Amino acid sequence: MIELVSESRCIKCNICVNICPTNVFDRIADAPPTIARQSDCQTCYMCELYCPVDALYVAPESDVTASVNEAELAQVGLLGSYREKIGWGHKRTSTAKADQTFQILKQMK
Amino acid sequence: MLKTLTTDFELDLEADVLVIGGGPAGTWAAWSAASSGARVILVDKGYCGTTGCAAASGNGVWYVPPDPEARETAKASRESLGGFLSDRNWMDRVLDRTYANVNQLAEWGYPFPTDDEGKPYRRSLQGPEYMRLMRRQIQRAGVKILDNSPALELLVDDDDAVAGATGVNRQTGSKWIVRSQSTIIATGGCAFLSKALGCNVLTGDGYLMAAEAGAEMSGMEFSNAYGISPAFSSVTKTLFYNWATFTYEDGTVIPGASSHRRSVIAQTLLQQPVYAIIDKAAESMRPSMRLAQPNFFLPFDRAGIDPFTQRFPVTLRLEGTVHGTGGIRIVDESCASSVRGLYAAGDAATRELICGGFTGGGSHNAAWAISSGYWSGKSAAEYSRSLGEYKTKRHVKGVGEVGLQSGSDRSQTLATDEIIQAVQAEVFPYEKNYFRTEQGLTESLGKLNYLWQELRSSQVTSDKELIRAREATAMVATARWMYSSAIERKETRGMHKHQDYPELDANLQHHLISGGLDRVWVKNQPLSTEKPLSKIGAAV
Ligand SMILES: Cc1cc2nc3c(=O)[nH]c(=O)nc-3n(C[C@H](O)[C@H](O)[C@H](O)COP(=O)(O)OP(=O)(O)OC[C@H]3O[C@@H](n4cnc5c(N)ncnc54)[C@H](O)[C@@H]3O)c2cc1C
Ligand code: SF4
Ligand code: SF4
Repeated sequence: MIELVSESRCIKCNICVNICPTNVFDRIADAPPTIARQSDCQTCYMCELYCPVDALYVAPESDVTASVNEAELAQVGLLGSYREKIGWGHKRTSTAKADQTFQILKQMK
Repeated sequence: MLKTLTTDFELDLEADVLVIGGGPAGTWAAWSAASSGARVILVDKGYCGTTGCAAASGNGVWYVPPDPEARETAKASRESLGGFLSDRNWMDRVLDRTYANVNQLAEWGYPFPTDDEGKPYRRSLQGPEYMRLMRRQIQRAGVKILDNSPALELLVDDDDAVAGATGVNRQTGSKWIVRSQSTIIATGGCAFLSKALGCNVLTGDGYLMAAEAGAEMSGMEFSNAYGISPAFSSVTKTLFYNWATFTYEDGTVIPGASSHRRSVIAQTLLQQPVYAIIDKAAESMRPSMRLAQPNFFLPFDRAGIDPFTQRFPVTLRLEGTVHGTGGIRIVDESCASSVRGLYAAGDAATRELICGGFTGGGSHNAAWAISSGYWSGKSAAEYSRSLGEYKTKRHVKGVGEVGLQSGSDRSQTLATDEIIQAVQAEVFPYEKNYFRTEQGLTESLGKLNYLWQELRSSQVTSDKELIRAREATAMVATARWMYSSAIERKETRGMHKHQDYPELDANLQHHLISGGLDRVWVKNQPLSTEKPLSKIGAAV
């Protein structure tokens, strides 16, 4: 579930509020959005992909909350890691071009 | 006296075609309707581009070049799995349409990879990329999008033809109404809020709205799909479990368990935890796997597990009709429902036409969403044109009732969360839904019918609760069509496993049509093309 909206990184664009499929966030005037309905989070990671500054972190646990530490996440490179993997973001190219599904299906019996 | 809560509309719009749902099916529908000159409005519960199961997950596509031999193999390969309920004419149409439209995606700039021989490879779509592109394309085509705006009920005119919908913006609370000549339901399937990847927006709303307008369902017994995911996670992507070994807690291999034989996994999970390790994937293959499905690895990387070398507990999450094949009955090649002015596409519509009673493993679903979306958009646009002047003179009314209205005859306040938990308790457990029995289905139906009565006699007290109340109502309705159909199919066919009738019965090779709200009904419908019995025998 979504666990972190980084105060220091967030630029208050409210993109996450708009794009979350299950309406988890609330916009707050002059402040980062809040996680208003955490239990509605479906752990789809879409907010992370759309956040332009890697300010969000979705923990892998989908049914229970987890405690996270922003500094540690940043240190091990987990903030924005999904976005990086699919090649979204400034000066990156989409890794869809490198999709290797054909290699995998060749191995299927 | 009944009084609908939704009365004054802050947004009052008109369109030739209204599309409800903005996944692959809805966006293809909107694009083809707009390309044929219609004024199109698309509404989505979430944000068109990120919501629905394709956006979060990604899709293998049934994309087969028009080579007769390849096409023949593609058609033959799944017929027996689907229990011989599919239709070869529809398969041909879908293969042709999918081929053309996926090539169109390439023209629009989807970054397809090239294979070893340098040829474009177009059988796989990464969800976020695909759906971001679809949003951009429909905007270019002039489609007006209302995001975060779930539809709550359909409108019909004095002749009972569908004439649009009403809904609410879940962030501002403002109500909207769209009066349209024709309407397309593309709201996806129903996964009962199981948190399977990207599926929690899929609560069967479209089935409910369509049924209230008089539409019928088909194939609702094929609704017991479960996806494998790490026990802690939502990621129900199953392709890579082809290379998994499944073990008990003590590390011994579970005999017969595989991604194709999920029933063995389900059976074991009833008694004890099941573990998996993707150890059959050769070292050389592993980087390719990461590039093919980056999201498969997310939960592992975050939980600090190397799935190739470390075992992890797995579970089966219900995907219901998302990976099932039932949905709104399609009456002809235009993807029309049995109600005038109403069309259906994607998971909201029955997929029996191309995959019979089985679709686990994908590909057909994405192809169906693309093709049925495309056709429904074209035909809905044509239908609106055919209405001519008549269209502006219609008097319309909403047809939603349960979970939507308040009034003095409704004694209790709706306990939405309790209803949702109660319906989940009937559809999640493997012993009830995966392994079906006459007794189990009867007991569940008793409880589900009771829940329906509860919903019927309750009222929502604030607009805020409307969306969840309607979702709860749609889930209960969906479960009742599912189990009423399942009880009628006294055999095991496609994904429907009936413990009391473990064999396929050649006399039951027909579709099951269902419908009804207060009184649910099920009836047989013969296949459009008969198949030789000898072939059926071979399937068992
Ligand atoms: C994990 C996973 C992996 C999959 N992999 C494959 C695969 O490899 N190959 C394959 O062919 N298929 C696959 N599928 C299935 C495939 O994704 C679906 O069949 C396909 O996305 C269906 O498209 P759709 O547009 O009908 O529905 P969806 O993509 O689910 O979209 C439905 C839309 O309707 C909206 N909606 C719902 N209710 C309302 C309402 N009341 N008002 C307004 N809007 C509403 C939702 O927000 C959503 O945008 C997979 C599914 C999952 C979950
Ligand atoms: S998308 Fe990112 S930057 Fe924008 S409001 Fe959300 S957290 Fe802040
Ligand atoms: S992970 Fe998905 S559901 Fe959860 S907050 Fe992010 S976008 Fe919303």
